[in-house]
Amino acid sequence: MQASANADPKGESAPVAGILAEFDGPGALKKAAVQIRDAGFTRWDCYSPFPVHGIDPAMGVRPTILPWIILGMGLTGLTIATALQWWTNGVDYPFLISGKPLFGLPANIPIMFELTILLSAFGAFFGALILNDLPKFYRPIFSSKRFKKVTDNGFFIGIEASDPHYDSKKIQSLFRQMGPLSVEEFHDTDPQGALPKAFFRVGIILFLLGLIPLALALKSRHSTSSSPRWHFWRDMDFQPVAKAQRASAFFPDGRVIRPQVEGTFAREQADDNPHLNQGRVNGKFATTFPMKLSMEMLERGKDRFDTYCAPCHGKDGRGQGLVAKRASTLGEGTWVPPSNLVDPRIEKMPVGEIYQAIRYGVRNMPKYGPQIKVEDRWAIVAYIRALQRSQNGTIKDVPEADRGKLK
Amino acid sequence: MSNELSSVDFLADDPTQRAPLVSPDLEFKDVTETVCGVAEKPRPPKAWYVAFGISLALTGMLFSMIAYLVITGVGVWGNNSPAFWGFPIVNFVFWVGIGHAGTLISAILFLFRQKWRTSINRFAEAMTIFAVVCAGLFPGIHVGRIWFAYWLFPIPNQMEMWPNFRSPLLWDVFAVGTYATVSLLFWYFGMIPDLASLRDRAKGKIAKLLYGIFSLGWSGSARHWHRYERAYLILAALATPLVLSVHSVVSFDFAVAQLPGWHSTILPPYFVAGAIFSGFAMVVTLMLPARLLFGLEKIVTMRHIENMNKVILATGMMVGYAYAMEFFIAWYSGSPSERFVFINRAFGNYAWAYWIMVSCNVFIPQLFWFKKLRRNPWVIMFVVLFVNVGMWFERFVIAVTSLTRDFTPASWGYFSPTWIDIGMLVGSFGLFFTLFLLFLRFLPIVAISEVKGVMPQAHGHQDGGHGEVKEAAEAGASTNS
Ligand code: HEC
Repeated sequence: MQASANADPKGESAPVAGILAEFDGPGALKKAAVQIRDAGFTRWDCYSPFPVHGIDPAMGVRPTILPWIILGMGLTGLTIATALQWWTNGVDYPFLISGKPLFGLPANIPIMFELTILLSAFGAFFGALILNDLPKFYRPIFSSKRFKKVTDNGFFIGIEASDPHYDSKKIQSLFRQMGPLSVEEFHDTDPQGALPKAFFRVGIILFLLGLIPLALALKSRHSTSSSPRWHFWRDMDFQPVAKAQRASAFFPDGRVIRPQVEGTFAREQADDNPHLNQGRVNGKFATTFPMKLSMEMLERGKDRFDTYCAPCHGKDGRGQGLVAKRASTLGEGTWVPPSNLVDPRIEKMPVGEIYQAIRYGVRNMPKYGPQIKVEDRWAIVAYIRALQRSQNGTIKDVPEADRGKLK
Repeated sequence: MSNELSSVDFLADDPTQRAPLVSPDLEFKDVTETVCGVAEKPRPPKAWYVAFGISLALTGMLFSMIAYLVITGVGVWGNNSPAFWGFPIVNFVFWVGIGHAGTLISAILFLFRQKWRTSINRFAEAMTIFAVVCAGLFPGIHVGRIWFAYWLFPIPNQMEMWPNFRSPLLWDVFAVGTYATVSLLFWYFGMIPDLASLRDRAKGKIAKLLYGIFSLGWSGSARHWHRYERAYLILAALATPLVLSVHSVVSFDFAVAQLPGWHSTILPPYFVAGAIFSGFAMVVTLMLPARLLFGLEKIVTMRHIENMNKVILATGMMVGYAYAMEFFIAWYSGSPSERFVFINRAFGNYAWAYWIMVSCNVFIPQLFWFKKLRRNPWVIMFVVLFVNVGMWFERFVIAVTSLTRDFTPASWGYFSPTWIDIGMLVGSFGLFFTLFLLFLRFLPIVAISEVKGVMPQAHGHQDGGHGEVKEAAEAGASTNS
């Protein structure tokens, strides 16, 4: 069989790159591989359409270091995930969630796991490609036409011309003894089938174009500008917010403020017990309580008064609460002192008016209606009356029989 | 793949005889011929054109709807208080679930040395990739202002803010992202030698160039194969825990929330079983017509289909068990809200969806107990189609029944989808099938080199050699990196 019988006619002038022999099936390939290995060749390889079982020991291929690369990548992924979560959520931008620790292992495990796997997979994929010297679109062995069978049903051994023991004649006769299907020399022709030149040109242009945004970003980082920041998404700049008293293009009547729905009425208008709820009888301030007074009511009133009123008006109602004292020490010019509630003026005030002061506030005093229930308001009023009586009382208020005891 | 015992096919009918994995009269050449022939035919079968036309139209519809959504806002969906998670999340979980079969077949069955997988793994992996593409789409458009979707990733930004790494939603980003990437690498890595087969047979200039580029200059070198096999094995070992983790993390989206019906530890295993179940159903749905259409009956035999049907039956039972267990847990929890939610699922205003789910996922697959039915293409198609439907409804039931019946009766409601919701679901099938049909047309749809590796000839049985080689190997080893 002539060596170049199947070679590309154009390639014959090209330098010989090695010798290629085809064998009949995986078994024959393995047997041949053992002999080539024992002959001491180093730059040679077997080629097959699928991984032939047992070829590694036959060729003397040592286990690859790939698993260690993958392990390294996996550990890198784990470290990155841990550091990333700890730094971003615990240090740089502390994320406080229901008082939980800023970095707690359980909640950070899923991402540690995922990144470990991701980087390991990169290690396996890119590691295998790099160790296998891929992608590499041209190898001299591809110049053999016969070699195309390698991805179909061809089993080959190729010895490269660069092998120190390379001797074309000897190798060819060595191969012939093994009963090959064919033996031929292969040539180092032009990288046919390798990527067209245009690919690289386009690639370089795209790469350079890709640098432009990066350069712009770098430039703006290291220079100053008086114009406002440039941002891509302007959707938050234009908000269709309706401002009060402006014209509206949305509503047919052209008004932003919407009129009340028909049939709307104030809550007071629906009040069926103005004495209780508003402290008024026939539109005038009530002079009587809407309920019967009792000892419990007064005690409740004391409790509420001490909570809500005493801070300003003082426990005795004389306007010397803690807030008032503090305000006068600070000497705030705008401060209006709380009224003295045991003042005779207020003693003469109808209960309905005091009630109204609680409910709606009075002059500078804020309202306490929202905080205090209706019954409690009346209880407070009753207690204020008790404060007044106890502090403004005269001897006449004491029953005659007991007057003697006081003296 | 070393010793004899491990290569025995445990699913064979006669345990004393190893059943052939592919039709026994095949040669290496026939495998290359059959598989590459599919991609090399100048014209695919008529049915391909019809299917591709329909799928492409639906894909077009999907993307126009997405454009409409982006311009108008998420209000075009039926999502509204209280069901802010409507179709988008249901579709997301559905498609991610489908994606699980691919990795399961390629990785877990690989580790368990279930060699029957070789004929179907490429197919299933491709399905995984395309399903994950469909899945990834939905959360992406669900964020509302999709131009800010990059906020999902920890990228340094002018706001000096970082995403919350303790949120299941962020775990999801990482889990699904990793899954998509690893599945893609796994799929492509497995395909490199087969792309080289196509390269070496290619006639046209463009085919030569493209297959040439994507096969990266693969030469079939034994030293390359050695690292390749190592890498493939490790990728499989990595993908195995990954496949279990992904749907667990997806289930955390629900389980970590405190909503009745969601806040349960059964969710991760239950989701994983459901994912495998739905994934296998989808593989069979695609495989059954494809093997007829492209003449692959000798490589993908009825036994492959039957094995998958057994997996469907098994995982279907697991899912059924989970359904029952959920009721038990609800009762055992003693929480009135939990109990109410489950009773409401089965008998409330979503009972129709619940019973569709149970019938499709638990009752109908029981047909596969019978060997006759398990091997009848019509019955198989009937069952797997219903499983696909049922698994979609499972996610719908979980998401919607809990959201519309939470702790506060004042915020109860009823979710109804808009036509955009439905259109997008249908459109996502269009996208899936478009990608899949392109794969069928242009790529090696069966793992050629792997199938060759499990054929009897591959073990060199006719020309002997096992023993001698081993002895020789012990004699000495030459250097190699
Ligand atoms: C935040 C401090 C503050 C609290 C608390 C407070 N008040 Fe007053 N109150 C004032 C001040 C100040 C005035 C005087 C308002 C003015 O003259 O502008 C006043 C005035 C009044 C008056 C009107 C007296 C008059 O001069 O006409 C009544 C009645 C009264 N308070 C009752 C109460 C009752 C009852 C409570 C408890 C529910 C209460 N206040 C709680 C600060 C307070």
